[in-house]
Amino acid sequence: MGVITPAKPDPVTEAALSRALNDELADKGFVVAQLDKLITWARTGSMWGLTFGLACCGVEMIHCWMSRYDLDRFGFAPMPSPRSADVMIVAGTLTNKMAPALRKVYDQMAEPRYVISMGSCANGGGYYHYSYSVVRGCDRIIPVDVYVPGCPPTAEALLYGVLQLQKKVRRTGTLVR
Amino acid sequence: MAEPLQELGDHIAQATGDAVMAVYVRLGELMLDARPDGLVALITFLRDDPRCLFKQLVDVCGVDWPEREKRFDVVYNLLSLKNNQRVRIKVATDESTPVPSVASVFSSAGWFEREAYDLYGVWFADHPDLRRILTDYGFEGHPLRKDFPLTGFVELRWDDVQKRVVYEPVKLTQEFRRFDFLSPWEGAHQVLPGDEKAPAAAQEKGKTS
Repeated sequence: MGVITPAKPDPVTEAALSRALNDELADKGFVVAQLDKLITWARTGSMWGLTFGLACCGVEMIHCWMSRYDLDRFGFAPMPSPRSADVMIVAGTLTNKMAPALRKVYDQMAEPRYVISMGSCANGGGYYHYSYSVVRGCDRIIPVDVYVPGCPPTAEALLYGVLQLQKKVRRTGTLVR
Repeated sequence: MAEPLQELGDHIAQATGDAVMAVYVRLGELMLDARPDGLVALITFLRDDPRCLFKQLVDVCGVDWPEREKRFDVVYNLLSLKNNQRVRIKVATDESTPVPSVASVFSSAGWFEREAYDLYGVWFADHPDLRRILTDYGFEGHPLRKDFPLTGFVELRWDDVQKRVVYEPVKLTQEFRRFDFLSPWEGAHQVLPGDEKAPAAAQEKGKTS
């Protein structure tokens, strides 16, 4: 598939770990973990993506959710309402006329919120960089966490971007942003 | 192919009097140069005449010829499904002279004419709602005119102090550059691969015939 998955621990270690965990649960009735790790784990496992498809990139974004790559299995579900979404995927050319609407939708999202800029046009204007009607990069309007290059990026590239975002959330996740 | 088209063109020119200035067939397509004052009558005739029946208005578009005194052409493309025919009507105008609107004949012309007004600044008389349709709210200028700069005049960004999107004069870190070295239409004359003998052959053909 091309996506690098972390190497699985060998069965013996895994069994030992699971046994220790079970023993602790049976013995004390609870497990101790770090709260921030737990929160970032929960966060990365349930990211809802706001589907902001603006151009051809939007089609590739849909591919990413379809059966071949199936973003849902990462807990990354499509969510058309900004109120309940965590991640906005800006997929396509952002025009001047659309920019205030994009910002309005972004402002409606609840914290913590993240933005993936998908494709050349959203990253920096791309093919339309010198056009009179196109915003030269959606980071002029909203803060961006992950840039996915490509014109359009393949579904696999977007998937990689999503995994990078999860990594970023795991690394820098805080209670207050 | 060309003769029936020419006949149809002559029929139209005869029936509509001096509304049509010229009739010609180019690349197998019939074209009419029309006068603005007879345009509505001409288009109505094309729609209703049993030999024409051009009931679809496919497109209204503009052309800018900055070197001409009447710098704009407004081009109407009509289609007759009944007769499997197409016709193209051209009307010349300038920045201030309005062209009569054909929205009363074809309702689809309403938005087409708004588009032509938006992008070229061509005025249409008696249009029910002539305002911009494609460009940004409060946009200034007409972007498809040849004298409109590619990058326009304003760009926008989010202002975190004012909490709104603000417009500013365009500031580019790098000017637009052309990288078209291979185009056969620009720069030095180039012979395309496999085309080396074509000009000589064309000359030879011209001599013998």
